[in-house]
Amino acid sequence: MSRTHLAFAAFIAILRRDLVVTGREFIPFLLQALMQPLFFIFIFGKVLPNIGLAAPHFASLMLPGIVALTGMIAAMQGVTLPLVLDLGFAREIDDRLLSPLPVWWVALEKVIYGGMRGAVASTVIFPLGRIILGPGFEVRSDRIPELIGMILLTAAVGSTIGLLMGTVIRPDQISLMFTLIFTPLLFTGCTYYPWGALYRIRWFQVATLFNPLTYCAEGLRHAMVPSDTLPTLNTYVVLIALGLSVAIMFTLGTRTFYKRVVT
Amino acid sequence: MSTTPAIAVTNLVKQYAKAKTNAVDGVSFDVAPGEIFGLLGPNGAGKTTTIGVLTTFIVPTSGSTSIMGIDVARDPIDVKQRIAVVPQQSNLDRSLKVREILTFHGAYHGMPRKQREALADKLLHELGLGDRQNEKVNRYSGGMSQRLMIARALMHQPDVLFLDEPTNNLDPQSRLFLWERIRELNASGITILLTTHDMDEADRLCNRIAIMDHGKILVNDTSAGLKKLIPGGTVLEVHAYGPPGLKDPIQAALQALPGVTKVDSSTSQDDPNYMTFRVYADSAKSLIGAAAQAIFSAGAEVRDLSVKQPTLEEVFIFLTGRHLR
Repeated sequence: MSRTHLAFAAFIAILRRDLVVTGREFIPFLLQALMQPLFFIFIFGKVLPNIGLAAPHFASLMLPGIVALTGMIAAMQGVTLPLVLDLGFAREIDDRLLSPLPVWWVALEKVIYGGMRGAVASTVIFPLGRIILGPGFEVRSDRIPELIGMILLTAAVGSTIGLLMGTVIRPDQISLMFTLIFTPLLFTGCTYYPWGALYRIRWFQVATLFNPLTYCAEGLRHAMVPSDTLPTLNTYVVLIALGLSVAIMFTLGTRTFYKRVVT
Repeated sequence: MSTTPAIAVTNLVKQYAKAKTNAVDGVSFDVAPGEIFGLLGPNGAGKTTTIGVLTTFIVPTSGSTSIMGIDVARDPIDVKQRIAVVPQQSNLDRSLKVREILTFHGAYHGMPRKQREALADKLLHELGLGDRQNEKVNRYSGGMSQRLMIARALMHQPDVLFLDEPTNNLDPQSRLFLWERIRELNASGITILLTTHDMDEADRLCNRIAIMDHGKILVNDTSAGLKKLIPGGTVLEVHAYGPPGLKDPIQAALQALPGVTKVDSSTSQDDPNYMTFRVYADSAKSLIGAAAQAIFSAGAEVRDLSVKQPTLEEVFIFLTGRHLR
């Protein structure tokens, strides 16, 4: 077998390992990924509009944000936690690092696997939203390719951030780091409100631009929200920002990964 | 020798960031194909760092290393396909079942499905793990984990096997079982490099042993060759019984015998009258009569006399002035 062929075979086998392990825990994985969005959709999309505390179309504006957040967090969790434990003390990853492939491919595999998790979690939001929201479920059907592209891009953003976090965080810092990173990410990412409406709080509107999740949510809004009444962030701006995020996080992440693995 | 060494290490130096001294400090050695080579030394001697460099996990500060003629720094991927590593602590994949640990390892190394399933069957059987191959490793004992790690290492049929403290923390039965497997593997043609701080293990298994301390190799020879380093070469062990006051005069008398280079003495903790003398000499055998006579003349009783080859433990003490642990 040629060297490239061998490295490729190793890569596929390592990816298959992650999929086999996840396949065995598929129900727990779905519960973990979907419990929170399920309640968010129910409370914000159903309960608040029904009792008159939110506008009737709030659900359709919020749903893309939930798709973005769910995909991003599922992707991050799939990469960060196993890496923190493995690089911290378990070293179960050593067997894969001793496979005949470049070290950074092992990091790439984690990113692709995390991305697959994120994309699956995002996708499951649609049937879930349909069931909970009933007639309130409004998603335009003329931008499906754009929607698929945005789901994949969001997953890639999540898994590359996950890679960097997984290689930087030490096991004893896990809970603190999750609070410090997840909470701001969650609330400044334009998940529960459209970016365009923030013009009334200008400083906050600017602040949200530093969160990659904002671009994911806005890109998905563009692909999902039926009417164009509320303008979203420009699609090119979204693509450039997310492309940059993936490139930077992946470069930094593979670099710190290498440093943690080879001394 | 015209054959390429299985392992070649030349002037290897590794200084970790922020460390004041070199963890490995100018180490050179070759291991011939088919040898069992031991790195013997206390914790912190640089054994694990040396293995780390050879197994691509540690980048050396200077010096060069090669496996089967392949430069480790230049071509780590090729090297990975030729080597296998059994680490000190279990790094088995706890998310997989035992059998899968082997078959996935085979897949990581490009083995076709049929071949990896067949070899997994064979290895699970040979290492006595066949009955519990569908469990996860959480419930495995230390000995079973160790065997499984060896089975995993053998899946891709490596040329060189690295064993880092293979029998550390194992019960005596598991240890013997493992020694037997290591010998079998070696007989099948695999070159083995093992690290240990167990003298007995090094003595029993290794064709050649390098004694390491403070990042340097002090000596590198066969077990028999190393033992010749001890002045005199042989030891006569004498057990005597008598009043404790006789210990010093007897030691002096033994020291005065012809060809004696050194005499150590000790007293039993249970019975101060029970004394042991270790007489280092060129020919311990020829001293038996004279030693017995010396003890008898001093007024003590001879309980036991035996001629011993010195152990590696004594070689280490001789070289460093310290015990291994």
